[in-house]
Amino acid sequence: MKLKTSIISIALGAVLVALGVCAFVESPSAAPAPAPTPALLLNAAGATFPYPIYSKWFTEYNRIHPDIQINYNSIGSGGGIRQLQAGTVDFGASDAPMTDKQLSDNKVPVLHFPTVLGAVVPTYNLEGVNQDLNFSGEVLADIFIGKVTKWNDPALATINKGVSLPNTDIIVVHRSDGSGTSFVWTDYLSKVSKEWETKVGRNTSVNWPVGLGGKGNEGVAGLVKQQPGSIGYVELVYAVQNKLPYGQVRNSSGAFEKANLAGVTAAAASEAKRIPPDFRVSITNASGKTAYPICSFTYLLIPSKIDDPAKKKAIKDFLHWMLVDGQNDAEGLSYARLPKDVVAKELKAIAQIN
Amino acid sequence: MTNAPTAVDRARFSWRARQFIRKLRHGDEVAHLITLLAAASIIVVTLMLVYQLYINSALPRHKFGFEFFTGRTWDPVSEEFGALPFIYGTVVSSALALLVAVPLGVGAAIFLSELAPARISNYLTFVIELLAAIPSVIYGLLGIFILVPVLRKVVMPFLKQTLGFLPLFKGPMYGVSMLAGGLVLAIMIVPFIISVSRDVLMAVPVEQREAALGLGATKWESTWQVVVPFAKVGIMASVFLALARALGETMAVTMVIGNDPKISASLFAPGYSIAAVIANEFTEATGDMYLQSLIYLGLVLFLLTILINGLARLVIIATTQKGAQAQ
Repeated sequence: MKLKTSIISIALGAVLVALGVCAFVESPSAAPAPAPTPALLLNAAGATFPYPIYSKWFTEYNRIHPDIQINYNSIGSGGGIRQLQAGTVDFGASDAPMTDKQLSDNKVPVLHFPTVLGAVVPTYNLEGVNQDLNFSGEVLADIFIGKVTKWNDPALATINKGVSLPNTDIIVVHRSDGSGTSFVWTDYLSKVSKEWETKVGRNTSVNWPVGLGGKGNEGVAGLVKQQPGSIGYVELVYAVQNKLPYGQVRNSSGAFEKANLAGVTAAAASEAKRIPPDFRVSITNASGKTAYPICSFTYLLIPSKIDDPAKKKAIKDFLHWMLVDGQNDAEGLSYARLPKDVVAKELKAIAQIN
Repeated sequence: MTNAPTAVDRARFSWRARQFIRKLRHGDEVAHLITLLAAASIIVVTLMLVYQLYINSALPRHKFGFEFFTGRTWDPVSEEFGALPFIYGTVVSSALALLVAVPLGVGAAIFLSELAPARISNYLTFVIELLAAIPSVIYGLLGIFILVPVLRKVVMPFLKQTLGFLPLFKGPMYGVSMLAGGLVLAIMIVPFIISVSRDVLMAVPVEQREAALGLGATKWESTWQVVVPFAKVGIMASVFLALARALGETMAVTMVIGNDPKISASLFAPGYSIAAVIANEFTEATGDMYLQSLIYLGLVLFLLTILINGLARLVIIATTQKGAQAQ
């Protein structure tokens, strides 16, 4: 009797567990069903770098249009692209443009819309040096590849005349987490140094030849603050808000530029003619005279075909508002606004969504 | 040869049914079913986890094969992936943590259960259990802001001066290092060892202690030669619980270990652990090969945990048998 009943219960148990498993397997990544609201709910996910301004835009847009609500998950550019490919979000966001392969993997063609510009700056901790240091792309590449190892290296001394550089080791600090910031930094180093391009290359994370890894901007900044003689890179926004010292970088016209929002917009403006119709372009090492060389667009990734007419209209209207009115919010949050030419091009591109 | 159900059959059936319903009413069957479900679900979840890790790491398994375990390069640009530096970092940081935490934890547990006055023991145990509830990111922050500077300015120069001839204590002193990772882990796992070991020691029957004292043993002799051996298996279990936490710890380790996938004999050099690299790179990993290599690392960590726990069980079995033979 005991055996029979326990067989029955085991079978029952197995069935129940299997049912649970089936429910789990059927919908591995389905987003939780939105609560029944009268408003139109749009889901988006992606880059963390522009999160502060996106969150301000989406809140403000919701205030103007109470019937439209946009949820943004700042899970990282890679996650944004993956969720867009899986169709679990209405649109994505990424710091680096999607690669050709990623685009061809997507069922629906994806359009790139630049939203704001970000810049990356070299930050350092050098006791006894009070003025801003000058860097060139070549020197930065050599430092990060491990060829320039002392602060008083002739390569640094010649572009920092009048500064008494100490004879101490350079400690390199880089991001340990994958990030758009690392992409912009390694993209710039790849453009200015052939050796960097062939040995290391550009990506959201790379095989760093030397150095310590810190997690996030705060991790890099924390390590640099603690280690005398260290150099790292952080986003301009982060450096400004946390009052970190950062150096000037020589642009391709030979001028040493300290990163500021105007210089970043100038870099994008000087490249505006070169920008392809799909906006997928790197603007590091830009040609303008006052351009700051280490900067990039950050993008919204919009499917070119949206079936739901209400969603399509909402997304198009939002893009228009973001390009015309939303840009005015950028500088208050330490993001560089888009140059006029780029805004004009994007306004035309909105028509491609259908 | 089918027979129509006889009256006996029917009677037997209805008897069984009544029996079943009676048991059901008494709760036996319900309890049986619920606990069985609980047990089955854990096994199912574990199997599904392994299955998912296995399925989703097909690309690197086919491309690298066994070389994934011996490769020392982790290059997302050229998509060349080897796990050895991460395996090394995980094992060394956890071993270092145990080396520090076991004597400290077991010592504290012996004090709390055997020597300390009951009131003090209760207060201290409360504080220790609070420690176990602190999120790991807090340990990481304390590691960055307190432990790492102290290591760089005080501990590392001291070690270099006194033991610098050993390869373990050579090289530049950044503070963030394998040593820092191991120490933060040690701090994190000590509460587990103390808490569980103390409970195990307290559970040793009072008669054991009284018998030892009655034979003329001192307090310490009774503790060390009777109580601790009696609780040995339980203490080891606490160590394995702590080890499991150390192997899988992510946030606190990545904040202080330096995140550099290189194998170095020196504890001053930065390292990297499996859990840390997954946490760091998963969100921005876009290519299939890259993403699946990270998932493959997850599978490797799982296998590593099974391997280490298996070895640990063997150690327990071996030592308890030896003890039994001695007696």
